[in-house]
Amino acid sequence: MAGLTGRMSTVVKAKVSKLLDRAEDPGETLDYSYQKQVEQLQNVKKGIADVVTAKKRLQMQESSLQQSVVKLDTQARQALAAGNEELAKAALERKNVAQTELQSLDTQVSELEDQQQKLTDSEQKLRAKIEAFRTKKEVIKAQYSAAEAQVRISEAATGVGEQMADVGLAMQRAVDKTENMRARADAVSELEAAGTFDDVTQLGGGEDDIDRQLKQLSSAPAVEDELAKMKSELGSGAQQPAPAAQIPAPGAEGAPADAAQPGESGAPS
Amino acid sequence: MIVRISGEGQYRLDDADAQRLNELENAVGEIVEGGSEDGFDDAFAAVLDYVRTHGTLLGDDELEVSDVIVPPADISFEEASREFSGEGLIPD
Repeated sequence: MAGLTGRMSTVVKAKVSKLLDRAEDPGETLDYSYQKQVEQLQNVKKGIADVVTAKKRLQMQESSLQQSVVKLDTQARQALAAGNEELAKAALERKNVAQTELQSLDTQVSELEDQQQKLTDSEQKLRAKIEAFRTKKEVIKAQYSAAEAQVRISEAATGVGEQMADVGLAMQRAVDKTENMRARADAVSELEAAGTFDDVTQLGGGEDDIDRQLKQLSSAPAVEDELAKMKSELGSGAQQPAPAAQIPAPGAEGAPADAAQPGESGAPS
Repeated sequence: MIVRISGEGQYRLDDADAQRLNELENAVGEIVEGGSEDGFDDAFAAVLDYVRTHGTLLGDDELEVSDVIVPPADISFEEASREFSGEGLIPD
């Protein structure tokens, strides 16, 4: 068969035979394959643990970003109520970026869950094949002459070897995906470390790098829409200019932040 | 004939099914060779579909060697292209 499957089959077969050829003495084939099988099973377990770790890291980032979204939303409302539209807009821009990050993290977490499931299935399949191999070799040894038993056992070992090669491929793909996610998680961490989702009341006067980056990252129409919505919700409150001092100092955020939901939260009570 | 869908499992198909499978598979090959992603998903799905509907899934404890190995169902066009050009999913 030509093309993709042909190439795939050839490469896997080459891998399997390399795996089995390692044992020059036919008597060793059995022990060697079995030892390799058990090793591979350990590798898969480690692979699953790695995926779970990566997933947990992304989930922690999610929950921290969710808190930022709530906080920034509250601050935007407070700033608007105090008549400071610029500050409200800055908070909404940050909120918008944090929400976009959240959506993307969501996708990645479910992709990792998918990988975890695939590896768990692979592990189960490999375990079943190894078990079958162990049983089969005893039966073969009992039923056939030494020479024929060797041939049959090595056929069975090739069957397990193919499963091992397949699990190896699944692991490789999981590792690649996990590494991509790690890079992504690092990028979000950098944004967080740079104070992107921090308290907007700490903003200085001038436009810094973060502000410029934010303007590029956030969706201007979405920010304007939300600002307009907030204004109408606040009603007349927005038209009465009030001193910026009404905005709580960092660390003294009001209680509403804890009660509000991320995203479409209501006005602080 | 034993066909493995990588990452999924092995299926037993009639030897008579080989020709149709070959045709479906060649269609995927042509798309990948053409370098344009158009139609790739459908063509590859047709291969997977054929194996799954015409084959019987082997038990996990059966130690058979596959005659044909189909790449994983979630392979992307990009991965398939690399596979095709010989810098594939599985390093040699």
